Amino acid sequence: MSVGTHAIDIRTSPHIKGQLTTDTIMLHVVYALLPVTAFAVFVFGLSALLMILVTTGTCVLTEHVLCKLAKKQTTVRDYSAVITGLLLALCLPPAFPLWMAVVGGVVSITLGKALFGGLGMNPFNPALVGRAFLQAAFPVAITTWAPAFWPKVWSIERFTSIMLPTVSLPFMRPESVAAFIQGVSLDGLSGATPLAKMKFEHQATPLIDLFVGMTAGSAGEASAFLIILGGIYLCARKMMNWRVPVSILVTAAAVSGAFYLSDRQAYPTPMFMLFSGGLMLGAVFMASDMVGSPMSPIGIWIYGALIGAVTVLIRLKGGLPEGTMYAILLGNACTPLIDSLTQPRIFGARKKAVKP
Amino acid sequence: MSESSSNRDIQVLLNGIWKENPVFVQVLGMCPTLAVTNSVRNAIAMGVSTVFVLVMSSMLVAMVRKIVPKQVRIATYILIISTFVTIVDYVIKAVSIPVYKALGPFIALIVVNCIILGRAEAFASKNTVYRSVLDAIGMGIGFCIALVCLGGVRELLGNGSFLGVPLFGPYYEPWVIFLLPSGGFFTLGAWLLAFSLIKERKARRAAQEQEQSV
Repeated sequence: MSVGTHAIDIRTSPHIKGQLTTDTIMLHVVYALLPVTAFAVFVFGLSALLMILVTTGTCVLTEHVLCKLAKKQTTVRDYSAVITGLLLALCLPPAFPLWMAVVGGVVSITLGKALFGGLGMNPFNPALVGRAFLQAAFPVAITTWAPAFWPKVWSIERFTSIMLPTVSLPFMRPESVAAFIQGVSLDGLSGATPLAKMKFEHQATPLIDLFVGMTAGSAGEASAFLIILGGIYLCARKMMNWRVPVSILVTAAAVSGAFYLSDRQAYPTPMFMLFSGGLMLGAVFMASDMVGSPMSPIGIWIYGALIGAVTVLIRLKGGLPEGTMYAILLGNACTPLIDSLTQPRIFGARKKAVKP
Repeated sequence: MSESSSNRDIQVLLNGIWKENPVFVQVLGMCPTLAVTNSVRNAIAMGVSTVFVLVMSSMLVAMVRKIVPKQVRIATYILIISTFVTIVDYVIKAVSIPVYKALGPFIALIVVNCIILGRAEAFASKNTVYRSVLDAIGMGIGFCIALVCLGGVRELLGNGSFLGVPLFGPYYEPWVIFLLPSGGFFTLGAWLLAFSLIKERKARRAAQEQEQSV
């Protein structure tokens, strides 16, 4: 039946559709992540490159296989699995064993996304689900950090040799990074992250190093500058809500500022809190996941404030040096509640009268 | 006549093991199922104690089923069950202190295990002593199998061993998450998935055969 045969063409809403599709948005998120990814490879060398390739490949393959198992059309082409893989690699330590990275990728897509019904249904950020699983499953490996720029900033060695823990046999205990570093006769290099140094040795890292990305840590969290650049790109293209990162960072700065003012000796400065660890990467690329964040502007402010405050509280008062992952997962979990509390009133509807 | 009745008795016994498995089908008794299955040893200890309490209390409930007034029957069941749980509690303490410490409060919590109370209310209070004991044995074996299924997977992955015997050599990297409560949920979910897959496949095959015969 063609449209022309009727005098009036009747269709259901929506009548005006936006040009943006899921695939386009996801592709641009990948573009925004590329500088961060490239810098991670530059800082940490061949191991980081292998890990990024492995997690991305695992995520895409898992998504494809699960779609086939569910007898659905494959959803690999919407790039969401690629983003999950990239983000997972970027929030793991650079010398993480590849077999564990594969486990993380499979868990991210199956437990984080497919079980809930695929993209759009997942209450949590899939990459963070995978990382949380890995954190609970392999607590030692995931807190073993490799030094940045080993052995020197401009040396080729980083790109021709692989860090030993990366290629440890499946199901076997990885080699320790410390032993590896001694093996290549480097001394005076420590793989401790700025946050761990702050927490356990009470030693602050210069702010400029944090900003440019000269520090140890997860593969993608090194350079705050490139992360912000990617965020600005996405905001400018209106593919990300600027309120998410801004609210998280403002709250984190405010809460840590209050701590800093209460005791300048014991607590780090707010600027250190903002630019260290995974807060920047989490705020810009993970918390801003459209599926897991609230819809109304007020809701997003509440959501961001919750994540920022919980991150700082875990960092300063909890047992772990870093808390961004758990803070974002908690924020994701609260999203349906926030959404139902901040639902805007329908135009013209009145507030319900309170029954006596 | 006698053959068919003994056939029915076997059916009662098998019911709890497969068709109405307390954990995988009825999803009852989740508290001990998730809490104490982080090793096969704990799982077996929990399973055996539950079987003892289940069989003894089903027998006693079936014996007194005609003299207990309806209004106080639940209180009576609880009293009977807790008597046997107290016995189990003392026996485990006497046999092995490590197991006693590992099971902790979950021994006492057998009293409120819904499998036991459920069988007392749904089966033992309506059937003869003989059939009630058969039912209790079947359900108990089903519960044990389920616990060992969970404990086996969790100990294998979380510790690299089975019944405390290391299987993968000294360099195995344990998946600590499977010893934590969240690992219990993951494992249970995976087993439930596997069981429902098998059941679905069976049902589909049965339906096909029926179609062919028609």
